[in-house]
Amino acid sequence: MRRFTRLFVALDETNRTNEKVAALESYFREANPRDAAWALHFLSGRKLPRTVTSTALRNWAAEAAGLPSWLVEECHDAVGDLAETAALLLPDTPSTIDLPLHELIENRLLPMRDAPETMRKEMLLRTWSELDAKERLVWNKLITGSFRVGVAQTLVVRALASVAGVEQAIMAHRFTGRWQPTADDFNHILNPNPEAGGEVARPYPFFLASPLEGNLEALGPLSDWQAEWKWDGIRAQLIRRQGEVLVWSRGDEMITESFPEIAEAGRAFPDGTVLDGEILAWQGELPEPFSRLQRRLGRKVVSRKMRGDVPVVFLAYDLLEWKGEDWRARTLEERRRQLESALDDALHRPVEIAGKPLTAIGETFDLFELEHFSPIPALPLRLSAVLTPDSWESLLPMQHESRVRGVEGIMFKRRSSPYGVGRQRGDWWKWKIDPFVMDAVLINAQLGHGRRASLYTDYTFAIWHENKLIPVAKAYSGLSDAEILEVDAFVRANTTDKFGPIRAVKPELVFELAFEAVQESTRHKAGIAVRFPRMSRWRHDKKAADADTLENLRALLRVPR
Amino acid sequence: MRPRNFDDELDDTPAFSEAVTLLRNTSSGLYCDAGDFYIDPWKGVDYAVITHAHSDHARIGSRNYLASEEGRAVLQERLGPESRIESLPYGKSITRNGVTISFHPAGHILGSAQVRVEYRGEIWVASGDYKVEAEPTCTPFEPVRCHTFITESTFGLPIYRWRPQAEIFADVNGWWRANQAAGRTSVLFAYSLGKAQRVLAGIDPSIGPISVHGAVAKLLPHYAAAGVRLPEVQSVETFRAAEGRGLVVGPASIDGTPWLRKFGEISKAFASGWMQLRGARRRQALDRGFVLSDHADWQGLLSAIRATGAERIWVTHGSTGPMVRWLKENGWEAQALVTRFFGEAANGKEEAEEKEP
Repeated sequence: MRRFTRLFVALDETNRTNEKVAALESYFREANPRDAAWALHFLSGRKLPRTVTSTALRNWAAEAAGLPSWLVEECHDAVGDLAETAALLLPDTPSTIDLPLHELIENRLLPMRDAPETMRKEMLLRTWSELDAKERLVWNKLITGSFRVGVAQTLVVRALASVAGVEQAIMAHRFTGRWQPTADDFNHILNPNPEAGGEVARPYPFFLASPLEGNLEALGPLSDWQAEWKWDGIRAQLIRRQGEVLVWSRGDEMITESFPEIAEAGRAFPDGTVLDGEILAWQGELPEPFSRLQRRLGRKVVSRKMRGDVPVVFLAYDLLEWKGEDWRARTLEERRRQLESALDDALHRPVEIAGKPLTAIGETFDLFELEHFSPIPALPLRLSAVLTPDSWESLLPMQHESRVRGVEGIMFKRRSSPYGVGRQRGDWWKWKIDPFVMDAVLINAQLGHGRRASLYTDYTFAIWHENKLIPVAKAYSGLSDAEILEVDAFVRANTTDKFGPIRAVKPELVFELAFEAVQESTRHKAGIAVRFPRMSRWRHDKKAADADTLENLRALLRVPR
Repeated sequence: MRPRNFDDELDDTPAFSEAVTLLRNTSSGLYCDAGDFYIDPWKGVDYAVITHAHSDHARIGSRNYLASEEGRAVLQERLGPESRIESLPYGKSITRNGVTISFHPAGHILGSAQVRVEYRGEIWVASGDYKVEAEPTCTPFEPVRCHTFITESTFGLPIYRWRPQAEIFADVNGWWRANQAAGRTSVLFAYSLGKAQRVLAGIDPSIGPISVHGAVAKLLPHYAAAGVRLPEVQSVETFRAAEGRGLVVGPASIDGTPWLRKFGEISKAFASGWMQLRGARRRQALDRGFVLSDHADWQGLLSAIRATGAERIWVTHGSTGPMVRWLKENGWEAQALVTRFFGEAANGKEEAEEKEP
């Protein structure tokens, strides 16, 4: 625990990338693999479910510190983070035990989860009494499932790659996949042999597009580029290897279980195939809003009713692996050609389901024939169409069609380019449609998290309806640091009411919010919900009375999507 | 909570039925009717008694000022040569319309004082800002017995618990040495009046050359005159020759200025009580935050309050709400005193509106 805490402090105490990487490297070199495996688990952003509720933590910390719990709550309000608050309040005692991280997790933290409350409390208080202030902060963050450290995943990969002595791309490949916090898996990740690490689940790091800001002509001859719609779904890789199919999301999650029909369809490809594409809710010839797709997420079991209500497709746009071979270094042109033929074969290939051969193309078939369920349409696999503009100018009207088509804009991919790693600029560009905007009034504020803890940075905005302001969106991003300080000072000086951590403020400040779409919503007071709202501008020139009305916003519901 | 409105000529003072009200809050600040004077007024008045020279306590524009002898020179520096300042050594008193006024060390910065006011046997003390840990740049805090104590509570929450300053300075020295090894200049942000000098007095000057920003430099002669021993500082030009071995001390307002770019590669740190919170440090993109405050921490505030023997406590600056509630729950008569300055925000500002030239 001491070594891991030292790493945490080192990462926390510097803003220099090189120093962070150096701290990580020396940790991975020195630490026992059993401990390092857990460290890596947390550094990769994975969490353990919280073992202790906020209320319990607050009450027990109050008890251990000899303070009333309302005062602990006030402290929490000032700090913004309960784990840190508790660490600051507990008596300042030295650390008396150096428990290896893996023992702390495996013998204390994990057993606490299923222990009765009295045991949990006893274990927590005991651990607190054995750790010093810094160790307690780390421990509190682990038990509340809020462990975050200011280090980007790419830096962790850089450090691991350097320790293992393999290329970063290979390490990114190993790192993104499925591994458990065990010494074996950790040693495997650090295997100096670049060939090691071909397990079934290993996805490839996604290649990400950069926003296109200049004009189109700057990209050079149109013939160098492949244009496609920019889909608004879940970016995912369909991995077909060794008889298995896995769906891996851009959010680094295995989402196979949420989309069983896509996993089934993936069986139509030969072993050793990895496709890059987008999962979309789909009806007829058009995608459906993202909100429909969200209903499918986070479910371990997807009911047949849900499958029928929200049909989905996997829209393929790239081929990363074919016949077990990494195709990423080949040109997009070559990959695309093979993708088209692979998809064609898949759709024509007889599929075996429940021991019965079935053909998919052009007809419907009953996957659950034996149980007499309604037929489902052909395999939910599609190709992301290539647009064929005859000039750069002809793309303008096409881009304007984006909203009607339910897409976010247009993508440009260089035909001669390999499939890169992460957000490398130059070969993949996204040309997004302009967002909608509205002017809304700041009515509530809440403390932020992380580097914004103790500042009011999370805001609720309202617009007018029948001469009243009604809340319509929450937004956290878009302001500069200086503006945040200004709003923070305003919130503190103009609080009219407090509800728990929320402060109601004098409705005075007006902000322009940018957002992607408006949807009907029964969960919101306004009856509508806006997608991905963020502050695009502080309208110093506007007064609260000048803000938009709900009627204006509702009118956008009629704009397709 | 109602919105604060400072323009109303309202008396915010709580009404205590039996008690004599020696001081009350007005739109210009804390006022003594019997003695006809203000303490740390934020508007120009005829007679202003000043606790210390920080700009949220010592405002220009009053006709007459009364300050502690130890603080006279820095106050004159801050208010300008035109301002009329009388001074009084700690513990000595003057009488104004039958009201006895005296200064007692507050231990906050050079010359900082608590103001003791006595009238017909009733004693009130306004603390100004204070800390209870002694340090070499000012006379240490002394508790004063009184009936009503007006305390600050900038860090009035139990999350604020200071480590002994020797440990903090060991950390500062360690950071400086590590930067030196990496060939980087160490830049330590500290308020130019008080904290900067305390830092200079506390660090190990044998490590390397030291330079300060002009805002700090112009106060150093007053410290020397008061007998405070500080290490020698070099002019920026001489200092730059040391190339990455030295320490620069200046106010946080120099961050991002061309002046700071003279020093090449730097590591930035801030010495302030606000650095106790991770969020406050990370927000400012600092390499290090050293928790070194010139205010009392939670325990310091409570021990100071107890030592006065006062039954009635007014709480001002910072976390007034929690401090008032805690005091009430523990048997004190307590009330928040609204001031014009918001010490509440953990924005890395201990002094409101510190403007640097």
